[in-house]
Amino acid sequence: MIIDLLVQGGQMALVLALAPLLTGVVRKVKARLLRRRGAPVLQPYRDLFRLLRKEAVIAENASWLFRVTPYLVFATTWVAAALVPTFATGLMFSWTADLIALIALLASARFFLALAGMDIGTAFGGIGSSREMMIASLAEPAMLLIVFTLALVAGSTQLSTIAGYMMSPAVGLRVSLGLALIALIMVAIAENARIPVDNPSTHLELTMVHEAMVLEYSGRHLAMIEFAASLKLLLYVSLIACLFAPWGLTVSGGGLAAYALGAVTYLAKLLVAGGMLALFETSIAKMRVFRVSDFLGAALMLGLLATLLLFVSRSL
Amino acid sequence: MTSFTFDVAHFLAGGLVLVSFMLLYQDRLYAVLNIFALHAFVLALSVAWQAYVQGAPHLYVTAGIALVFKATIIPLALHRIIRRLGIHRQIETVVGVGLTMLVGIALVALSMVVMLRVTQAANPLAREDMAFALSVVLLGLLMMTTRRNAVSQVIGFTSLEDGLVLAATGAKGMPLVVEISVAFSILIAFIVIGIFLFRIRERFDTVDVQALDHFRGERQ
Amino acid sequence: MIGTATALLAGVAGLFVTAVAAVLLARRAATTRLIYSAALGLSLFLLAIVGRHLLIQPPAVSVLTLPVGLPWIGAHFRIDSLAAFFLVVVNLGGAAASLYGLGYGRHEPAPHRVLPFYPAFLAGMNLVVLADDAFTFLLSWEFMSLTSWALVVVHHRVADNTRAAYVYLVMASFGTLTLLLAFGLLAGPEGGYAFDAIRAAAHPPPLAALVLGLMLVGAGSKAGLVPLHVWLPLAHPAAPSHVSALMSGVMTKVAIYGFIRIVFDLLNAPSWWSSMVVLALGGATALLGVLYALMQHDLKRLLAYHTVENIGIIFIGLGLTLAFQANDMGWAAALAMTAALFHVLNHSLFKSLLFFGAGAVLTATGERNMEHLGGLIHRLRYTAVAFLIGCAAISALPPLNGFVSEWLTFQAILQSPQLPQWGLKFLVPAVGALLALSAALAAACFVKAFGVTFLGRPRSPAAAEAKEVDRLSLAAMFVLAALCMLAGVLPGLVIDALAPVTDALLAARMPAQASQSWLTIVPIASGQSSYSGALVLVFIVVSASLMAVAIHRFASRRLRRAPAWGCGFPDVGPQAQYTASSFAQPIRRVFGTLVFQARETVEMPPPGDNSPARFEVSVRDLIWDGLYAPVANSVDFAARHLNRLQFLTIRRYLSMVFAALVTLLLVLAIWP
Repeated sequence: MIIDLLVQGGQMALVLALAPLLTGVVRKVKARLLRRRGAPVLQPYRDLFRLLRKEAVIAENASWLFRVTPYLVFATTWVAAALVPTFATGLMFSWTADLIALIALLASARFFLALAGMDIGTAFGGIGSSREMMIASLAEPAMLLIVFTLALVAGSTQLSTIAGYMMSPAVGLRVSLGLALIALIMVAIAENARIPVDNPSTHLELTMVHEAMVLEYSGRHLAMIEFAASLKLLLYVSLIACLFAPWGLTVSGGGLAAYALGAVTYLAKLLVAGGMLALFETSIAKMRVFRVSDFLGAALMLGLLATLLLFVSRSL
Repeated sequence: MTSFTFDVAHFLAGGLVLVSFMLLYQDRLYAVLNIFALHAFVLALSVAWQAYVQGAPHLYVTAGIALVFKATIIPLALHRIIRRLGIHRQIETVVGVGLTMLVGIALVALSMVVMLRVTQAANPLAREDMAFALSVVLLGLLMMTTRRNAVSQVIGFTSLEDGLVLAATGAKGMPLVVEISVAFSILIAFIVIGIFLFRIRERFDTVDVQALDHFRGERQ
Repeated sequence: MIGTATALLAGVAGLFVTAVAAVLLARRAATTRLIYSAALGLSLFLLAIVGRHLLIQPPAVSVLTLPVGLPWIGAHFRIDSLAAFFLVVVNLGGAAASLYGLGYGRHEPAPHRVLPFYPAFLAGMNLVVLADDAFTFLLSWEFMSLTSWALVVVHHRVADNTRAAYVYLVMASFGTLTLLLAFGLLAGPEGGYAFDAIRAAAHPPPLAALVLGLMLVGAGSKAGLVPLHVWLPLAHPAAPSHVSALMSGVMTKVAIYGFIRIVFDLLNAPSWWSSMVVLALGGATALLGVLYALMQHDLKRLLAYHTVENIGIIFIGLGLTLAFQANDMGWAAALAMTAALFHVLNHSLFKSLLFFGAGAVLTATGERNMEHLGGLIHRLRYTAVAFLIGCAAISALPPLNGFVSEWLTFQAILQSPQLPQWGLKFLVPAVGALLALSAALAAACFVKAFGVTFLGRPRSPAAAEAKEVDRLSLAAMFVLAALCMLAGVLPGLVIDALAPVTDALLAARMPAQASQSWLTIVPIASGQSSYSGALVLVFIVVSASLMAVAIHRFASRRLRRAPAWGCGFPDVGPQAQYTASSFAQPIRRVFGTLVFQARETVEMPPPGDNSPARFEVSVRDLIWDGLYAPVANSVDFAARHLNRLQFLTIRRYLSMVFAALVTLLLVLAIWP
């Protein structure tokens, strides 16, 4: 009982510790591909500490919602990220919420962030919030259809059960899973505000979506929101890893050696994913905003096609 | 025939359907050509796998024709022609991309219903492969009917033909596949050339290349 | 011991007495408080009686027959588990609205037009749920429609309200006509109007199909099913806010009760293709409702269109129940019906809450138009909190209640690959996609509603000088908000309470949830899927507090106020912030170009010209243009031409009578 609690706590601490590292790796690889030296890999940690120590400057007409939102966004994203199996499945509280609840938790974070964008009453916040909700209105159903596909293949919406099924030899090379993987990558890019959907390092207002919503934040509030964004990226990478590359995942209660092996393979998967994301971002240009709806519409169609194929092929 | 070989064949057929959807999604002409090359490449892989699994060496020739002709020569040639003639690079669609994709999904559903009803007594995965091949044909037709650009219509027709080749190789024992695919490819080449010649003639009232030099600098 | 049905009818009679008293005591100062307190007390009394009934195990059925109404039947009243659940919904909504009315009613300019009809409306809704024969049902249904119509025309001098009331009256009459036909078909030539007789009779499948179609039209038009929803966004905003809450949150549920009672209880002959119709209509309703809601800038009209979306979700659940029942998958049918009924409860809670909030905003600022509001979170502090909880609940955010019913519906959809029919195999994933799409769009809609109304800076003097509303209205809103949170954290209780209902209708129930640890709900089997709202809430609160404490201890807690950053641009004023139309513009462009033929035109003056630019958006309601306008025009055409019959000479009239007589004699002669 105590061991299980410690392992669950360990996972929650692990995701918290590794999230800025993933962001640092992506930035470093991107810089190297652009023939720059780039900031050190541990720079995001330093950025967070610096921001935490600074005084927070907020607008005169900011409401209590503006001040509470960073904590809410961080808490919901952290809870969601802690539910995704990283080195072991079947942890103590993994049955509290399944994939659908996970998506809804991320939707809560986005809801409050969009509201915070509207709070100050400048045009930038409005731009960010309205575009973010348009992107979400297509990305969330696409994600839900991907969840349907996985749930129909594995017979459950619980992440541990799905991960366990994907590790077993019963799953073959299925077309629906391939379509679901492509759709999941597209949704992950959109949700994490990566090129080609949004530029995470832009300062031009017409190209901002996520940056526009958090424009008025500073100090510790900005630190929490940036941390939450890194956690979200880690969540999506862990999700893709545990669903489609589950090798190295152990079951809960497997012993310390198995946990250590799981942690090492997880770290390796993170580094590989970070490198591939950086490569992808460098080789493609950002889409204009109303092309994003076509992009996510395509992800939605792929999810629908994958679900349809599973519905239809059951009878064969 | 182990289930792994079936899985791979199924996977490649599904990949071809996916690439057909990608063709429908593009709105720039060069991207369409690149995806078309990918389409032919996936077809070549699929046919080569069928050749390996069925032990039918003449299918390797079909795969080679697809790879050389459709995946390399035709896209490169079209690239150069488009650049030379300065054709408008944006593709105008009749209806929006979203609606086209929705209709595409409905067509895939339709082909599944039809195929699964018609082939009652066959192996389940073979039936789904047939359904995928029919989907590729229908998606090619959809591309032809929802694009205003002549080049994209030709590409739609070629992808339709890819679907037919997929169906033919999936059903074992079609010895004329090689000859038919060669004939189709030559037909395509003539159609492409013919379209361009007619367009040029219609636009400039002449096909004489000397006379065309006078019109250089003019955009469509 | 008085029977439950008798006690309930006594309560309803009390409501009638209150209505009459309102007429007699009209135009006195204390009448408003008296009437609303009486309505509150009576609703709570009815709630208590139903609650006591629900605690009786095993579930009992209580009947009563009164010697009024049709002479050879009398009036039958019955309370069983289905009626008990819907009575809870009705009276909970009624009690909340009465509490709100105690505070809000003070601002009513014409109370003598509202007060007599309000308790009568509550009485009518209760009677519909209690009715056990066709005549009582139809009479109560019409009474409910007419009293709510009277409440819609309260502010008849406002331009749009008379048109709204007219459309409502036409649609309500049309609905009652179809219900009349349905009951006529069910009763058969012997005239067995009592529900017991209808239950016992055997109905051939074509008849059952026809009755289901008629019920879809009749009950669906009252509930707000597309394309019969057009009256809802016109009539619901026109009424006073607590009545709007009742109409949206409760009356639509009474319509759903009618549908469930006829289709699942009286007919009980599900066919899989009828489930396809219900599913398709539900999916279309859900998506169209939320898209319409996104285009609105009137707060109450946005809420009314959103009701349409939620009715769509409920019908999706009911369609799934029909599909599962037709294929003998009882446990899945129980899951789908529990999801639908849970959403009935949830929607009545949060939609009433949101309408109360809109009423508070209207009272405080005099404005319903979101484009003239803004910054109300600073002025209406408590209303903003309650409205925020309502918005979060309706957007299906965990750990509130909206998420639970949506989660259960998704779980039901995931059971449907086992359905053998091909049509269902293609329809159910499509409906699942529509449901997911409408859930995401609903969140966007309520970010817009809350963001434009409460956040930002005030866009008009009325918004800048708003004052918080009275404590009774706030109490009503907070009670509903607390119930939303409770239902989200204790969903197992609600599911167990709904088990007798599904047991009675489908002879199947979901597994008992009370035994699960940590207040988890497990819809099918442990290990397949589970959700614990309480634990999610605990996790979120603990992590947020942990971070807040850690940061305030170890990092800075200094705060400074300064002008807004805005990327360094100088501030132009509150007019530069996003309006409701601008917030919806990306979504309007993506979805609206097809669904509403939304077109934008921008006229920019040439450089150097000081005249303002002009931006025009045109949005067409295709359902109104395609369905209602032609029908209205043809009725007009026919009426104009038939009007000539009014102006004939005496000789012509005599010839008509003569011709009719000769025709009848001919028929008599020829008929074999």
